[in-house]
Parts: sequence; C-alpha cells; structure tokens
Amino acid sequence: MEKRSRSFYVLTAVFALFILFLYGPTLTIGVLSFQGPQGGLTFPMNGVSLHWFRDLFEEQAVGDIWGAFRRSLALGLMVMVTTVVVSVMGGLAFRKRFAGSGALFYLIIASLVIPSILISLGVGLIFNQFGLRVHWATSGFGSQLTWTLPFGLLIMFAVFNRFDRSYEEAARDQGASAWQTIRFVVLPIIAPSLIGVALFGFTLSYDEFARTLLTAGSYNTLPLEIFGMTTNVTTPVIYALGTLTTLFSFLIIGAFIVTVWGLGKRRARLGSDAGKGV
Amino acid sequence: MLKNRHVTGWLQAAPLSLILAGFLILPIATIVTVSFWQATEFSIIPAFSMENYAFLFGSDVTYRVFLATFKYAAITWALTLLIGFTVAYYLAFHIRSQTVQIALFLLCTIPFWTSNIIRMISWIPFLGRNGIANSTLIDLGLIDAPLEWLLYSDFSVILAFVHLYTLFMVVPIFNTMMRIDRSLIEAAYDNGASGWQTLVHVIVPLTKPGIMIGTIFVLTLVMGDFITVRFMSGSQKANVGRLISNDISLLQYPSAAATAVVLLCTVLIVIGILLRFVDIRKEL
Repeated sequence: MEKRSRSFYVLTAVFALFILFLYGPTLTIGVLSFQGPQGGLTFPMNGVSLHWFRDLFEEQAVGDIWGAFRRSLALGLMVMVTTVVVSVMGGLAFRKRFAGSGALFYLIIASLVIPSILISLGVGLIFNQFGLRVHWATSGFGSQLTWTLPFGLLIMFAVFNRFDRSYEEAARDQGASAWQTIRFVVLPIIAPSLIGVALFGFTLSYDEFARTLLTAGSYNTLPLEIFGMTTNVTTPVIYALGTLTTLFSFLIIGAFIVTVWGLGKRRARLGSDAGKGV
Repeated sequence: MLKNRHVTGWLQAAPLSLILAGFLILPIATIVTVSFWQATEFSIIPAFSMENYAFLFGSDVTYRVFLATFKYAAITWALTLLIGFTVAYYLAFHIRSQTVQIALFLLCTIPFWTSNIIRMISWIPFLGRNGIANSTLIDLGLIDAPLEWLLYSDFSVILAFVHLYTLFMVVPIFNTMMRIDRSLIEAAYDNGASGWQTLVHVIVPLTKPGIMIGTIFVLTLVMGDFITVRFMSGSQKANVGRLISNDISLLQYPSAAATAVVLLCTVLIVIGILLRFVDIRKEL
C-alpha cells in the first residue's frame, strides 16, 4: 500500500476536530443532565444523580412533556407514511415526463428553499380567515409535508435516475400487468431507498419547529414544548429532556440503518440465482 | 389501462400537487394578499393599501436588518463551504476503505436527524459566562476576566449556524466528488501536477455543482431563519425572520406579510441566480 502523505494526517486531525465540534456540545449536556439536585446549568458537577430525569417523569409545572412527545410521535408517523407514499407516486409520475412536470419540479424546489416561517404564517392566516382552528394533525401536518416531501422526492429522483428499466421490460414480457410490475418488481428493488425516505419523513417532522410554530394550535409538539421551556426553565431538567430526545433520535436512526443493512444482506443472499444452474 | 402518459403522470402526481397547492401556493398567495391589507391593534382589515410596504421601505430598521441577514448568510456560507469542502474532500479522496467511508459519512450526517433546538441549547454550558470556554481560557492564563461576547452575540449566532448547517455542504459536495472519474486525477499527477494543483485545477472545478447545491441550502436556511438568531443572541440581534416573527407575536399580520413578501423575493432572486450555474435534476 502506498505511503500516506503528510496532508492525510493533517486532514485526519481536521476531520476529528469537526466530529468533536458536531458531537461535543450534545455529549456535554448529556453529562450535565446527571447533575446533582443542587447542580446548575454548567460545570462543575455538583454530585452525580438521576434527579433531573426523575423530575421529568413526575407531574410538574413546566408543561405537558409526555403529551407533547405522544403528539410528536403520532405526527411523525403520519408524516412518514404520507411522505413515503406520495414520494413514490411522485417519483413514478416524473419518469413519464408528463406535460407540466418541469413546473412541478420547480415547485418542489421552491417548497425546499422557502423560509419556513412563511409557510407557518401563510397556513396560519388561511385557517384564521376561514375560521378554522389550527391543529397539529391538520394544519401542522400539511405544513410539515412541505418540508419532508422535497427530501423524499429528491431521493426518489436519484433512485429512478439509476433504475435499470430492463427489469420492468422483462416483467412486462412475461405478461405482468402495470400494477404487478410495480408491486413485484419496482417496489422490492427500491425498498432500501424507501426506508431512507421514511427516515427523513419521521425525523424531519419529529424535530420540526418553524413550520409548526403557528400551525400546531393549543397542543404543542415536542420541539415547541422544549423551546417554551428554554425561556422559563433554568435547571438541568432541560438537559435531561434534551438528552432523552437525542437518545430517542439515535435509536430511531439506528433502527433505520440496521434495517437497510439487513435488507442489503438478505438481498445479497437471496437476490439472484444466476449461475446456480437450477 | 390508461394509455396516455400525461394523464397517468398527473394522476400519480395528484397527491403531491394537491399538497403543494394547499400548503405552499395557497399560503403564499394569502401572504401576498394580506400584505396589502391594513391592521388596527385588534383586527386586520381587507383593503388595498401600499401602507405596509411604504412603512417597510421607509424605515431605517428594515435596511439594517436586511444587511444583518446578508452578513450572517455571507459569513456562514464562507465558513460552511471551507469546512464542508475539507471534510468532503477528506472522505472522498483520503479514505480508501468503502466501509470506513460509509461509516464516517454517516457519523457526519446523523446530527442532521436530531433536534436543532437541542443542538442550540447544548452550546450554553460551553459559551456562558462561567462556561467551559471561559473557565478553560482563565485556567490557561490567557484571559483574566470571562469573555462576554461568547454567548448572546453575533459570534454565538454564527457558531450555531455553522454547527447546524455545515452538513448541508458536506453531503452534496461529497456526492459530487464521489462521481469524479479517478482517472482524471491520475492523469493530472502523471502530467506532473502537485497535489495542490490537482485540487485547484481538477477537483474544485468538477465539484462546482455540489458546491452550488450546498450554497443554495445554506443561504436559504440562514436567510429564512429566525429561531437561531433569537435563541443564540438572547433576543439582542435581529434578522429579517425575527422582524416577521415579532410582527406575528404582536398580531400585526399585514406588516409581517409585507416583510415576508420582500424576504421571499430576495431569497428567490438569490436562488434564481444560483440555479443558472447548476442543473439540479442532472446532479441527483
């Protein structure tokens, strides 16, 4: 193997610093959430305890954290399923280069680049004008889709750009209907990417703040609840909540990554019998 | 079975189109309409008036705040580009094992899927008056008194922007770099180019589409932001997003809408210029 140049070691150091920069603060509040009962928002540690985590699980004045968590979870799942279904349909549609697809494509880009607060304000105003009540499951749900769908669709475009159409032709030659071709050929091939789309759909919704700010109504989602806490909570309980939320995110991300990896393994094992002489 | 690809295409794109019509086009149309309305302290009045725009363009604050927004965007862009390019370059050209490459790439992207608010909060123990940065500097004897400008300042705002948004540079740049034909780099070396020359004359020009996509992300995210500036500056600094959100909290919707329209036009002009340099559909 060729010898590593000096720039390799310099860049490795830069990369390590970047990772430290990315994760350092999160790890710090992870440590600080174990502060003792008298501990403050920064070091030194005043003993080590689970006090602030226990605080989270008890009824308290800071708000309805668990209700907010349940709402965020439900909303995340709703957004995830919708994002996957609509993105797949959209991805299939765009392969047909139908009239107007160019304009629709720019609309998707617009949805991605538009400042989130405009969606929040606009949707809020519409509901207000029509005398409807904003609610996380209606106005909040729609507003979040304008953020998750562009990501889902961009992934689908990337997938279909690399998709080998001869699989579909083979299926058609064997007499498969259009629906059978999609159900038994296209969907299984793109399945790992769909898990990626689902990951984007869930996590972007679960963490979204700006687009839900004016559209969630009287019941807060978790990010809104946490932001509310930053203005009136001055104890490490907010770190404990942050640590739990981040752990939950890591758990979700880990589950998705393991699923993709497992699918890849399974495919490598069962995918093709070429050359087996059956 | 439907034979016409236009009909099938629109049928498949119908859910997408309906969602975008209802939650993107309609809200923007509403904002544009309301921006011409008038407001009293208690209600908004449908009318056609240029009052909101006249007030907006007649006020010094507007220009200062737009200038601050551009300043945040420019500094954040430069820093995220520098860091993002370096990280992507390292991953794409210096890591030889594909497994390690994927693992390190994931390590860089995982924070993207966690909460921005919590990532902002987590800077507080670092930057505060008695935070880690200040106590370390005092212990090292570099400063005598705690630095006041670490938290609730332009510094902390930009630090948070860079922390939150560098990923948006790393991912598209890395994606473009991975598609560069390695024989081009061999050819440059064979012709006697140094590592630096190869970087400047071969890799950077070929990475431009990725840089453009990253730039679009970072600029739009920073220009449309209001929460990072509010939180990291302790409400002491302003950008356009905060101007809008302040008007909203005072229920001055027409005025908020007018500012929003101006912000939207600014963002669209910037994106329009950037899109001339890159064909997004080709880069996916």
